[in-house]
Amino acid sequence: MSIRERLSGNEAVAYAMRQINPDVFAAFPITPSTEIPQYFAQYVANGQVDTEYVTVESEHSSMSTCIGASAAGCRAVTATSSAGLAFMYEVLYVAASSRLPITLACVNRTLTGPININNDHSDSMGARDSGWIQIYAENNQEAYDNYLQAMRISETPDVRLPIMVCQDGFITSHAVENILLEEDAAVKAFVGEYHPEHALMGRDHPLAVGPYDNSPYCMEHKVQQAEAMKNAKRAILDVAADFEKTFGRKYGFFEEYRMEDAEVALVLIGSTAGTAKACIDSLRNQGIKAGLVKVRVFRPFPFEEIAAALSHVKAVAVMDKSEGYSAAGGPLFAEVRSACYDLPNPPKMIDVVYGLAGRDCAVQDVERVYRYLLKIVETGEVGPRYIHMGQRSAREEVLGNGL
Amino acid sequence: MAYNHKVELSKPERFAPGQRLCAGCGAGIACRAIMRALDEGDKAVVCNATGCLEVSSFTYPCTSWEDSYIHAAFENAPAVCGGVEAAYNVLRRKGQLDETYKFICIGGDGGTYDIGFQSLSGAMERGHDMVYFCYDNEAYMNTGIQRSSSTPRFANATTTPVGSVSTGKKQDKKDLTAIMAAHHIPYVAQTTFLGNFKDLHEKAHRAIYTPGPAFVNVMAPCPRGWQYPAELLPQICKMAVETCVWPLYEVVEGRWILNYVPKKKLPVEEFLKLQGRFKHCFKPGNEWTIESAQKYVDEKWEQLQERCASN
Amino acid sequence: MSIIHAKDINEKTPWQGLTPGGEIYEGGTSKLTLTGQWRVNRPTWNSALCRQCLLCAPFCPDSSIPVKEGKRLDFDLDHCKGCGICAKVCPFKAIRMEQEVHQ
Repeated sequence: MSIRERLSGNEAVAYAMRQINPDVFAAFPITPSTEIPQYFAQYVANGQVDTEYVTVESEHSSMSTCIGASAAGCRAVTATSSAGLAFMYEVLYVAASSRLPITLACVNRTLTGPININNDHSDSMGARDSGWIQIYAENNQEAYDNYLQAMRISETPDVRLPIMVCQDGFITSHAVENILLEEDAAVKAFVGEYHPEHALMGRDHPLAVGPYDNSPYCMEHKVQQAEAMKNAKRAILDVAADFEKTFGRKYGFFEEYRMEDAEVALVLIGSTAGTAKACIDSLRNQGIKAGLVKVRVFRPFPFEEIAAALSHVKAVAVMDKSEGYSAAGGPLFAEVRSACYDLPNPPKMIDVVYGLAGRDCAVQDVERVYRYLLKIVETGEVGPRYIHMGQRSAREEVLGNGL
Repeated sequence: MAYNHKVELSKPERFAPGQRLCAGCGAGIACRAIMRALDEGDKAVVCNATGCLEVSSFTYPCTSWEDSYIHAAFENAPAVCGGVEAAYNVLRRKGQLDETYKFICIGGDGGTYDIGFQSLSGAMERGHDMVYFCYDNEAYMNTGIQRSSSTPRFANATTTPVGSVSTGKKQDKKDLTAIMAAHHIPYVAQTTFLGNFKDLHEKAHRAIYTPGPAFVNVMAPCPRGWQYPAELLPQICKMAVETCVWPLYEVVEGRWILNYVPKKKLPVEEFLKLQGRFKHCFKPGNEWTIESAQKYVDEKWEQLQERCASN
Repeated sequence: MSIIHAKDINEKTPWQGLTPGGEIYEGGTSKLTLTGQWRVNRPTWNSALCRQCLLCAPFCPDSSIPVKEGKRLDFDLDHCKGCGICAKVCPFKAIRMEQEVHQ
């Protein structure tokens, strides 16, 4: 029986962690993820978990501690945001290349600089090529559900990759919403125990981890890692299927909202999906065939699946909540547009970079994007493909709000 | 339990041959001695910072370590080691691990004095039950003899070269052993390779078997970087101690103990003249460098004696 | 699942045959690397002059002076790199360095 509660996204993740009872938690605070180690510290103080709670002196050390603990055969977890994730950058790659299934709760916050504590996806997008699985949530429920699925995905023997469970800072992490929680015993049964075949301790043979890998071997190891990321696609769907069977909530690589007959669609990640859904419902009432693809799994990227979902759409706006400074659009745009290249009739596609450093995105902002897509469909003219929305401007902007 | 080096040397070797360190490298000598200090049959996990030792002792698929080993990066060996120790604690608590393990962290001076210093300080402050061994060869040898904060003043390094207006490194060596003592951890020591290795062995053993964090600084000469014929290593170590450039001491639960006082403290030249990196100090006009080095050593030696006497 | 051993890994092994993440599931596999080939000078041990003081053994960086039950054996020339430290510390001139002649 599910339990009805009201929790913030951070509380939901900390709650999931308590239920899973991980072996090692390496903790270092950074806004807006700080509450996760704080809630967890209280679980430790109350004797509710067996976890070894290591209060490290930096995020670099929190990831390094997770690396040591994971190689020792333990479930190792941490939480961070923004500059904290950036400070881990080198060791994120080490965790992935050493094939250590560490779980990181990433509460997305814009990456310095200038320093700012509010939400966008520039932190985790900066780590998109580090070899980590990345799963994003729209709300507290998804943050909780994704966390419950994370370890089974990353610990799958032919995957063995670390996993980042992302949610939007403040918007999701601090907003208290209704949530369905699962019972402790059911969660423990679903997540299961972790006993890897090899570990630094307690096996009948020693284990050496992290070699100097000369050229005759290093590329082969990187190919193994790439194959493991491909395998993660199957594991994600398998775990999601079991999750649905066990708890009744359905997950995939992405959520399609009113996409069956959509002529114009958005592709985006995270909490803006809720805003977009409200907008779609109102547009549909006006007879406009609007739809949404909300990306849940960004790494591995569901290349063919996204292309299929967009194959019948006339115009698409990819909404990037991070700036890639490529002068050609954000990271989500690059992936989605590339995925659609092989379609016989690819949709017209633009990139809308929005919501940077916590800039609000309301229903009317999303509506402006849909209306712009309708104009593209009507005229057949795409115009600029890389557009910013939500900034003040002294000139007339494509998606300006007329101020 | 008096030290019997024949007994110690008869134990099974835990640092296997076939590592790719340079001929005569001090790091190899240090690792053998450290691993020998483990009681026979006791298990250990070694955590290693990136450096000469790491690239030479675990070159895929060849590991020189008979024990479990992990390397992650240059700057984080103590945090990785802390993670392994945390894992040990929880696995034992949950009844999933019966055997006892010791945790040995090893890094060069680059990984210890400089880039890994924060990680080291943090791990020591948190009180993990582990020993950090620094094999101190006084420069970034793995990348080609660039200066570190451990490089002594006047040393010729590739980023502090001697030139017409330069006499080598401008700054004094960081006193890391004292800095680690200031962490008020249960055990801190400084040693090098001497005679039958009693000093190093006993310190390593004590460090490994003292509950809580411990730090041992091992001067480990590098023939390439210090520019001397490889076979002179024992003489250089001896001179480092006899000139008081590298005094042997330990800090046990806050008590400073001097382990060796030379009968006649030798002038610092006896240490410097063996090494090409100080060759320029002996050129006419550079006499002041040796005087200055002597003054520094005298002051530090004085200070150390006072600290040890005031216990 | 059977363990992949270091001795079975070489530069012709396909990626499917390498250990994940470059892990190795055994100790001391570096013995496979014959560093003795690097040697320029070769130590020779005169057991008649040797008094088994064992001052040489701990100074060997290459674990190439095996000691059994308190007595040293002859050099492990598969791995000795010929640094000459042992010859220098020997008080009894029982170790001599000679120029190596590789086949």
